[in-house]
Amino acid sequence: MSVKAQQKPLSLKIFILGFLVLWMALAAFPFLWTLWGSFKVEGDFFSKADWANAIVGTFTRIETGGSFTGQGYYGAWVQEEFWRAALNTLVVCLFVVTISLTFGTLGGYALSRSSQRYAFWFLIIALIFRALPHITLVSGYLPVFFQWNLWGHLPTAIIVLVAINQPFTLWMLTSFFRNIPKDLDESAMVDGCTRLQAFRHVIIPVMWPGVITTGLFSFLLAYNDFAVTAMILSKENQTMIPKIASFLGTTQTKGNVMFAVASVVSVTAPLFVMIMFFQRQIVSGLTAGAVKG
Amino acid sequence: MKHKSFFWFVLPSSLAMLLFIFFPLISIVIQSLYVEHDQVVIEVENCGPFGCTQSTMIDQAATEELRREQPLGRFAGLTTYLDRGHLAVNEVGAAWRASDGIGDFLSRLLNLPFYKALLFTLTYTFVVTPLTIALGFMIAIAVNGAVRAIKGPLIFFSLLPMIVTPLVGSLILFWMVDARGVIGSTLQVLAGDPSLSVKASTPLMWIMLMVYGVWHAAPFAFIVYYAGLQTVNADTLESAMIDGATRWQRIRYVILPHLLPLTTFIALIQLMDNFRVFEPIVSFAASAHATSLSWAIFNDLGGETRQLSSAAATSVLTVIGVSILLLPVLVRTWREFGRS
Repeated sequence: MSVKAQQKPLSLKIFILGFLVLWMALAAFPFLWTLWGSFKVEGDFFSKADWANAIVGTFTRIETGGSFTGQGYYGAWVQEEFWRAALNTLVVCLFVVTISLTFGTLGGYALSRSSQRYAFWFLIIALIFRALPHITLVSGYLPVFFQWNLWGHLPTAIIVLVAINQPFTLWMLTSFFRNIPKDLDESAMVDGCTRLQAFRHVIIPVMWPGVITTGLFSFLLAYNDFAVTAMILSKENQTMIPKIASFLGTTQTKGNVMFAVASVVSVTAPLFVMIMFFQRQIVSGLTAGAVKG
Repeated sequence: MKHKSFFWFVLPSSLAMLLFIFFPLISIVIQSLYVEHDQVVIEVENCGPFGCTQSTMIDQAATEELRREQPLGRFAGLTTYLDRGHLAVNEVGAAWRASDGIGDFLSRLLNLPFYKALLFTLTYTFVVTPLTIALGFMIAIAVNGAVRAIKGPLIFFSLLPMIVTPLVGSLILFWMVDARGVIGSTLQVLAGDPSLSVKASTPLMWIMLMVYGVWHAAPFAFIVYYAGLQTVNADTLESAMIDGATRWQRIRYVILPHLLPLTTFIALIQLMDNFRVFEPIVSFAASAHATSLSWAIFNDLGGETRQLSSAAATSVLTVIGVSILLLPVLVRTWREFGRS
């Protein structure tokens, strides 16, 4: 594009700048505000008198002596045993990501290499499954899980999340595998490899960028899930998100809403770090289906 | 690819989807046709010094036994669908006869839980989706025009509302619009009404939920559009400019047509995701003012008495709703596939 095409009149520049500043405030301010407020006491975070209290921490200083307090974090992590939920989340995410990627790469590879009619309909059925609200599936699981005593355990939640994850994983990986030239594995097969050998020795070494991106989204689905984990896991096996929801019921009446604020910040922090390191992969993943498909 | 190797490659993931997506769908259809057994009532004769009296009591053991033997319950046909909690055929009929106009009828309809949930779900879906697309497009245009050095941080912060867990993101907003939170008290000052509370007002709650929806989903539309803008043909843009097209005309006639296929994609994904709106209603504790279909199922499933049949019936109705929503896309895909 020529330089002249990019030149904008001053008024337009100012308008765009203003819009960007506004959007940045909308997108980032709530998180920064909550992060800052999580180190205050409830009287400051929810301040009837003056919202500036949340910034300077008037009540925090009166109640604890310092401008910042870790009370919320101590209450959530130690007193309410949030670390147990964090551990459960770690286990669930680890297994969901590993298993979905294993299933997904195999399926996605086959779908990308088949030009048959049934491969097309397979993807369309996966799209329909992708559209189903998760909670409708949960109401299908519960009677069966109760009867067979599968309810409440982490492995049950893991396999359910893997299955719910499959349609999306398949779509994404299929579009990634389509970008890997067919000639690569076909020439390996001409040289005498079986399909599986061609996949192992030729495709696996070059598939990692796509797999990492898909893995990020599998991780997000498992990490962010509320509908499935809240309904299927028993109280001691709860992951972080249902645990926060359970704080809302009990702690708001006890006046310990700061536990929930602290755990909300704790849940958000890993996501921050993840976006920071994997921004490029997330962006490419979001656009993979749209721009290329 | 040979049929046989295709089969083995897709086996694990088809098995997972068959067991945990397809079978549950059948399970909800069956479950919705049954209701829980009534308690077994037995008649006992109490004989005392003044003669014998008949009384009825619940036979706990027999009830347990029956429920264990037939966990599905007893067959009830479509009664669960037609009862007050779902399609409410009788109540709708009564409301139709009693009401003196379409507005009155609608307000009576909204007292029925299913229609209340359905109306909010549809309103949310069809308000949030276009607004998301519009806002995402505007952000994409603005970020695309920004200096290269700040694009990275801009994208980083723009991604936050989407990546952060919906339950957590909506909770953060909810605390800010609380009457004692920073936005809530600012609103009170702006409106000049110290008793203003988002939690207490149905219209404000609806608006708040939809604002959250747009805030949460706009980054997705933004990213997709932003990637699309990178592939706009620079030559076309330049020749349009040489031909005297204004800045607006260039957006209207070059960029928008280029982004149109992306819009279909975003709209499809957003329709699917907005139709399942659920977490913000839990976070905002909004169920008194707004419920959605997903929330209604969640509510039936939770709590002391798990109303499995009721939840299953709502689920079936929700799945039918999703199918209707997807129908245009499926029909189009069918036609395109037939042509190729």
